[in-house]
Amino acid sequence: MTRRIDCDVAIIGGGLVGSSAALALRGMGFSVTLLDKGFCGAQASGVNYGGVRRQGRPPEQLPLSQRAHAIWPRLKALIGIDGEFLRSGHLKLARSAADMASLESYAADVAPFGLALELVGHNQLRDRFGVAGEVIGGSFCPGDGHANPRLVATAFAAAARRAGAEVLENTKVIGLTRNGAGFALEAEGVSVTARTVINSAGAWADSFARAFGEPVPLERTYPSMVVTEPLDPFLGVNIGIEGGGIYARQVTRGNVVVGGERALPLDDPDYSRPRSDGVLTIMQRASELFGPLRHAQAIRFWSGTEATMPDRNPVIGPSATTPGLIHAFGFSGAGFQIAPGVGEVLAELVRDGRTATPIDVFAITRFPPASQPGDASQAAMTTGSKETSP
Amino acid sequence: MAERAPPLIVGAGPAGIRAAMTLVAAGLRPIVVDEGHACGGQIYRQPLSSDGRDAEARYGSEAAKALRLHRDFAALDTLIDYRPRSLLWNLRDGAGDILRDEGSQRVRYDGLILATGATDRVLPIPGWTLPGVFTLGGAQIALKAQGCAIGRRVVFAGSGPLLYLVAWQYMRAGVEVAAVLDAAPLSAKFNLLRALPLSPGIVLRGVRMAAELKLRGTRVVFGADRLAIEGEGRVARIVYQAGGRAHAIACDGVGYGLNLRSETQAADLAGCAFHFEPRDRAHLPVRDASGRSSAAGVYLAGDGARIAGADAAERAGERAALALLEDRGLPHDSSRAAVLERELQRIDRLRDVLEAAFPYPSHWGGDIADDTLLCRCEEISAGEARRAVSDFSLTEINRLKAVTRIGMGRCQGRMCGAAAAELLAAQTRRDIGAVGRLRAQAPIKPIPLAAGLSVHERQHDPAH
Repeated sequence: MTRRIDCDVAIIGGGLVGSSAALALRGMGFSVTLLDKGFCGAQASGVNYGGVRRQGRPPEQLPLSQRAHAIWPRLKALIGIDGEFLRSGHLKLARSAADMASLESYAADVAPFGLALELVGHNQLRDRFGVAGEVIGGSFCPGDGHANPRLVATAFAAAARRAGAEVLENTKVIGLTRNGAGFALEAEGVSVTARTVINSAGAWADSFARAFGEPVPLERTYPSMVVTEPLDPFLGVNIGIEGGGIYARQVTRGNVVVGGERALPLDDPDYSRPRSDGVLTIMQRASELFGPLRHAQAIRFWSGTEATMPDRNPVIGPSATTPGLIHAFGFSGAGFQIAPGVGEVLAELVRDGRTATPIDVFAITRFPPASQPGDASQAAMTTGSKETSP
Repeated sequence: MAERAPPLIVGAGPAGIRAAMTLVAAGLRPIVVDEGHACGGQIYRQPLSSDGRDAEARYGSEAAKALRLHRDFAALDTLIDYRPRSLLWNLRDGAGDILRDEGSQRVRYDGLILATGATDRVLPIPGWTLPGVFTLGGAQIALKAQGCAIGRRVVFAGSGPLLYLVAWQYMRAGVEVAAVLDAAPLSAKFNLLRALPLSPGIVLRGVRMAAELKLRGTRVVFGADRLAIEGEGRVARIVYQAGGRAHAIACDGVGYGLNLRSETQAADLAGCAFHFEPRDRAHLPVRDASGRSSAAGVYLAGDGARIAGADAAERAGERAALALLEDRGLPHDSSRAAVLERELQRIDRLRDVLEAAFPYPSHWGGDIADDTLLCRCEEISAGEARRAVSDFSLTEINRLKAVTRIGMGRCQGRMCGAAAAELLAAQTRRDIGAVGRLRAQAPIKPIPLAAGLSVHERQHDPAH
């Protein structure tokens, strides 16, 4: 027996972007149906590292990032939990003079955005932040921090449900049709009609875009994390490294989360698992950088599936081919912090058709359009296996 | 043609030992990794150092089997690549990661026999984390491997054949066993009559143990419910309900457990399919009568595949090895395989009866008091779990893990996972099989971060 739902907005993908959009849209009085093929917040939004970080983003993301920055301290009021958000500061380390120069140049570039970046030298790294190892300096952003992705994404979806959104988990959208008034979505056991559709399907979003004649060079990547047993507090800040390597944070309970390297997809590329040599490399780098980790145990690894775009910027904005379709995906491993801001922006796009936050640079039209546009009247969704870079 | 990699056997208990012998007899040289310092597994565990007791004192009625297995494995010494004190922490694509002496090594294999054994299954009760409380298996290992008792005046509580065996072993070792608190009612024990024709020896031995305990003054209680362990800073007494009344027994040590649970993480990482097994109230790796799993070249034997005891483990280890030989195109004794399968079926029927005689107290999962610690690694109470289930409308165990941290700590859900599933099933009124299973993740057990340092000193890969 197929259930029928008629609503203003259907959102495909219950990650942090889709869930925060659902919550914001409910706040504006729209009727919302949120569909996820699995559990809300179980993919990239829930399995990322948890960095709540503006520093290091390309300048074009900073207006959106600043908008999200204002939301994070209000999580408790917004979704009922604080998500273990800590405004710890984010310290980006430089291992060479060239890397330090790069941090200095970034600080100059983004000065107009008010991140209050502070460049720190080698001695301060040890004295203020307890960082050892081969680093010569760093850049500190005091307003950044970290939070628990497992909780935040799930809580946004739960809050949207409490606010009256129809949240359908384990409900994979298998057909999406544009008709005169809007869209018809077909999923297992449910048919949804909606005036507007938001495509926030993360690593699965490209099939929906392609079906409407907007192919995107979306690649899947799989982050790789190591978690230690709880340790006495020693790491007060969220750590990153210029040029990559590892990133690390210590949660209130004492566990240290260290990310780096890439996991590998399993036979089903929706799933992945950390590589053994990858986690050993992370463990090696972490124990070289932080003395207290040399005698610590790793108790858990995790991975997930993320969508990455070649220019490291997301796709956010209206479809160029299909009225009423709005895209928001491809956050390239850096979506956690800005996602709550993206949700508000999407809600404004639905209500007003525009937003005051600059997003033009994220338009899907920056990618070459399809030479052979798909049949935009009937889209069959498939998620094929993809080659990914290691 | 490149030489094929050797088979890998994980675990050197009765299943792993017999598997190794069978492969060696066919001319193969398997790698055998084992967390123990010497072969024997949990059931035939050897002492770390001699404590003056002989095998008869250590293993009781099973001394002959223990000695035979130890001797047989010792005879393989030069014929296998034996790696004791070694933790297999990850498996993928025909290679295993093995941690030994702080360093991690990657070992390629062709054919994998998992003989990973079992640990106690526990459901949290008030006071279960007090010093002085041990699992039944832990209490037995203390006696067997270290020659020490968990207390001077001890109570054993829970369910399963191990309950009486450990109590009896403690009594024989000269420890005062104040009580055996059996969660099952006396009526369940009449199932044992059905076991008599299958294995009179085992049934009579169990009855004799219970009788000897009673003769020495041990209180044996059937239908013990609402267990709680009390004390300031350590165990002082255990309280329970039986026959509609509350009782208390003073003690300074408690052995507690509800049958056993299979160690299935390696099978999960090896890509084996799982199914729900109602008798064991657990998701177990799928295998056929030969021990073949759903993954090519992966074989399952012993309690790690399904709880069946040490005698079954020996046979299943041998049977799985024969399957590996057959799949490799090597000569193998198919008539022996048929005999083993028949014996395994007989033991399985006996197991059905034992499970009926020692039923799992499934109502306990719904009864766990809100202030009882459910996940001791992450210090999550049953009440917090219940709140998360209702706040997030959870129905699936991995989502409960994601939201609460239950099963994310050092034990990776090996201790709390079964209880969390029972609680979730009870609260959502779903069948225990329907709430799913915690997916295994590497590392199977904690590994030191320094393991990364040592491996990279040896084999630095500039590509990463």
